[in-house]
Amino acid sequence: MAAQTLYEKLWNSHVVHVEEDGTALLYIDRHLVHEVTSPQAFEGLKIAGRKPWRVSSIVATADHNTPTKDWDKGIEDPTSRQQVETLDSNIREVGALAYFPFRDQRQGIVHVVGPENGATLPGMTVVCGDSHTSTHGAFGCLAHGIGTSEVEHVMATQCLLQKKSKTLLVRVDGRLAKGVTAKDVVLYLIGVIGTAGGTGYAMEFGGEAVRALSMEGRMTLCNMAIEAGARAGMVGVDQNTIDYLRGKPFAPTGSVWDAAVAHWRTLVSDEGAQFDRVVVIDAAKILPQVTWGTSPEMVTDINGAVPAPEDFADPVKAEGVARALQYMGLSPRTPMSKIAIDKVFIGSCTNSRIEDLREAAHVLKGRHIAPNVKLALAVPGSGLVKRQAEAEGLDKVFVAAGFEWREPGCSMCLAMNADRLEPGERCASTSNRNFEGRQGNGGRTHLVSPAMAAAAAVAGHFADVREIQN
Amino acid sequence: MRKFEKLDGLVAPLDRANVDTDAIIPKQFLKSIKRSGFGPNAFDEWRYLDHGEPGMDNSKRVPNPDFVLNQPRYQGASVLLTRENFGCGSSREHAPWALEDYGFRALIGPSFADIFFNNCFKNGLLPIRLPAAEVEQLFLQCAGTDGYRLTVDLESQTVTRPDGKVLSFEVDAFRKYCLLNGFDDIGLTLRHADKIRDFEAQRRETQPWLFA
Ligand code: SF4
Repeated sequence: MAAQTLYEKLWNSHVVHVEEDGTALLYIDRHLVHEVTSPQAFEGLKIAGRKPWRVSSIVATADHNTPTKDWDKGIEDPTSRQQVETLDSNIREVGALAYFPFRDQRQGIVHVVGPENGATLPGMTVVCGDSHTSTHGAFGCLAHGIGTSEVEHVMATQCLLQKKSKTLLVRVDGRLAKGVTAKDVVLYLIGVIGTAGGTGYAMEFGGEAVRALSMEGRMTLCNMAIEAGARAGMVGVDQNTIDYLRGKPFAPTGSVWDAAVAHWRTLVSDEGAQFDRVVVIDAAKILPQVTWGTSPEMVTDINGAVPAPEDFADPVKAEGVARALQYMGLSPRTPMSKIAIDKVFIGSCTNSRIEDLREAAHVLKGRHIAPNVKLALAVPGSGLVKRQAEAEGLDKVFVAAGFEWREPGCSMCLAMNADRLEPGERCASTSNRNFEGRQGNGGRTHLVSPAMAAAAAVAGHFADVREIQN
Repeated sequence: MRKFEKLDGLVAPLDRANVDTDAIIPKQFLKSIKRSGFGPNAFDEWRYLDHGEPGMDNSKRVPNPDFVLNQPRYQGASVLLTRENFGCGSSREHAPWALEDYGFRALIGPSFADIFFNNCFKNGLLPIRLPAAEVEQLFLQCAGTDGYRLTVDLESQTVTRPDGKVLSFEVDAFRKYCLLNGFDDIGLTLRHADKIRDFEAQRRETQPWLFA
């Protein structure tokens, strides 16, 4: 058989039926559900008198709307509460393999909860009514973000209608320099290919630097594949993948584990497999990244400066840059390291796993946030991450440095709960989107890695983490 | 789902690249558990001068006179001209719900974000990809002509300009078929229920760990 890419293997092993124009019905193994994009799907199902096809494929949690402090007070905002309660009652009625409701010990951001419970396994198709579902591709999965109509479609039929994507290999050769993380790699990549650079592609990450990344780092990469426009991000299975999954609650055990592992090891792109496009990146060239605009492609490194609109030949681009600078309150040629911040957010499905918190805490240890930083939040991705961090004493490091140590959830990544930026406030954020208003109406977001967010917190402005690391 | 066959509609231009779903419908409106009623909050942060929250009486709010869709000449528009990568960002289907509820039936631009593009078809909204140069011309003509209208015909896959020039576009045959007939995907998929069951049974056999 001809050499196949990982995407082709995953695609071919899930096709149930193909229409004449190539639209395929793909079988879905795992359906992750959260409170924001599911109510209308459950309602649609009920109105049509349909039953879910396979309830045991569903893993659900409440994350977007849940508060990150004063959990004993419940959810104060009545519309948020209604949405979370709607999920409760829908899951109670329909059932699920697992449900981690508000205040459950294992509750958290859906893309953190799935992998850490072993609910995301190699070779699966994974869907969720959330664009960052691409995260799960780190495990050699085909993971798609879907809309609410598709959530309903998957519940009713266990399938998703899809057209096959083209394949794109992002090969990161060489080694990352000290202080440079997966977040910097993916921001750098988006800076190179643009936010529409991956449109129409399923993106696989490979190369020495990717193989050297932990599963946490790979999840960060795949998480932001969607920010590069790709339909899915993925990394082939290797020993790291298998070691991570061993002993996880929903991972197989005993002889089934052995059979599973033997199969999982085949989930890599074959030697000589052809990709429609290959982008090669030299790891050594990547410095810590900081965004300056209102799109993730508006990014430079910590030694760089804010560009001017006239640097861009394309008039639509120049116009976009001018608008972004106005929104961000920045003037051209300002060095990134001179930009002072008001708030810091360490969290989100991009960077709220244990390794992220360790990296930030490493920078913060024995230091304190600068006086101009009004609020610094550390929001673990899940209850399990939180407890692990506390067991390692990381919470104490954050608190001693002047951070608030919060309960898990999406929090200030999208500000659907009470955590948000006020108009004009500037934030060093480990999340994934710097769109206008994303972290609060009028808020100004700069995307960075956890270590760079910690460095900015300490300095009061963006700073090169490599210069202050312990 | 509402059928889409042919449309002769007033055109409104939104001359920005990378319009994201947070801009199309800000997150505070996502707390609704309904599918309808998002139109008055489409582009909320650009469209009004004050900050919008669910439950406000939008008719009492102050519209932003500088926002293009607020100009009198674009009232009643059903075709939206866009720039590249429209609909990027989150998977929220609230974005096409808001655009549809606002009154748009077709979107024309050089490129659309993937999930958004998919979501449009599920809601009777037709996103049309045209080459950037053709889109540029539409922007120019629209700016220069009051009451600028386009005819969109899904059957023949064409957009016809007032000067008679016909632009053709691509659309997947299956999507076209669903949209022309107003078919519900789920009903169509369930015609293959036996095949799905067989596939599932086989999978359960060979990879039992997926069915824990
Ligand atoms: S953390 Fe942010 S990006 Fe991730 S699922 Fe939550 S809101 Fe979406």
